[in-house]
Amino acid sequence: MITLDHVNKRFADGTRALDDVSLDVPQGSVFGVIGRSGAGKSTLLRLINGLEKPSEGEVRVLGAALSGLSPAALRDLRRGIGMIFQSFGLLASRTVAGNVALPLELSKVPRAERNIRVAELLARVGLSDKADVHPARLSGGQRQRVGIARALATRPGILLCDEATSALDPETTRSVLALLGELNRELGLTIVLITHEMSVVRAICDHVAVLDSGRLVEAGPVASVFADARHEATLQLLGEGAG
Amino acid sequence: MTDFFAHIVWSEIGRATLDTLIMLGASLALTILLGIPLGVLLFLTDEGQPARNRPINRIVGILVNILRSIPFVILLIVMIPLTLLLVGTSLGVAGAIPPLVVGAAPFYARLVEGALRDVPRATIEAVQAMGATRLQIVTRMLLPETLPGLISGATITAVALVSFTAMAGVVGAGGLGDLAIRYGYQRFQTDVMLVTVTLMVLLVQIIQFAGDRLARHFDHR
Repeated sequence: MITLDHVNKRFADGTRALDDVSLDVPQGSVFGVIGRSGAGKSTLLRLINGLEKPSEGEVRVLGAALSGLSPAALRDLRRGIGMIFQSFGLLASRTVAGNVALPLELSKVPRAERNIRVAELLARVGLSDKADVHPARLSGGQRQRVGIARALATRPGILLCDEATSALDPETTRSVLALLGELNRELGLTIVLITHEMSVVRAICDHVAVLDSGRLVEAGPVASVFADARHEATLQLLGEGAG
Repeated sequence: MTDFFAHIVWSEIGRATLDTLIMLGASLALTILLGIPLGVLLFLTDEGQPARNRPINRIVGILVNILRSIPFVILLIVMIPLTLLLVGTSLGVAGAIPPLVVGAAPFYARLVEGALRDVPRATIEAVQAMGATRLQIVTRMLLPETLPGLISGATITAVALVSFTAMAGVVGAGGLGDLAIRYGYQRFQTDVMLVTVTLMVLLVQIIQFAGDRLARHFDHR
């Protein structure tokens, strides 16, 4: 479903964000990428929807090689990939309903159809009563639910989560992760999430990849990676998760 | 005390007020129309932004800086040929409008650029990730999100324009500032000075009050 093939990423200032990374995200999986800050997680996630371009190597999503896509084709592909953020990325000028409607407006979905879909999505994330409120008046957990509803508006097959629970307290984190798990099971949504917290991987991921200074040091099903952790970075992260 | 307002010709004051309002309204409208695209261009072409383009960003940036560093009185004079070409006269209220716009638009463009910089990174990325075109990013997200900032910037620019219009008397544009300088200052007619300056103070107060109210109305942060 998503494949990275020997991807390197260097920035203009010479820093190497990713070093020969190859991985495969199976359809319908919840794929966690874990690592410390600066390990290259955020860059890796942005390669999948083309917000970043690899210096070398190829990224394939839903059968398409991203390097071969025209700007218009890339925009079309992005409509099939939802994304949520640590700081939510909601528009302060729009209400909750207006935020969720935005991707539909961009895709020129007619208003009547849009309104039905928005109501559906807000019900799905449990925020029907907040439709006309501005995001500034919501709690962090509620804002992330709006982010999730908005990301799902165009019925994507993939959801990218950029430290989506890192700004939330433990209880809210659990409820947001539970929602993501539900969406994965009920909609067959493939989820790629990046995190620095082992507890997030334990809670919802079935696959995990460990990044350390831009290198992929371990990858595979969660149970086998954790049972047979070899790399120092993995062991350290596991140690922190326990402590 | 009855003689205090001896020099005042109220019809002159009325005309001058009207001239100032016309210069201010026309030049502010054109400044906003030019300054917003210019500010958006400066922002979007900058490093790390959706349409980064170093040459364009540099060239526009330098041009804006040059225009901003020319004192307005000098701009009034050096622009005379261009003003003639644009409005057919370099004199009077019409002749003052092109230099007012050229003086204020680069200033407003920088304020617009600053307002756009306050939009959080994640908000821009979120809209890009939705598959928005660059035009959609600007019209559906950046401009609505920064509307309070755009209004505050226009308010600051309008106040600056009030003092610019005072100097436009150099090209015979009239207005309250011109009256204050020619009668109040140069002919020592303190009453004219007092009335015209009071009117300008009032104008600035009204602009600032209205601008603040409007900006707050659209602010949902």
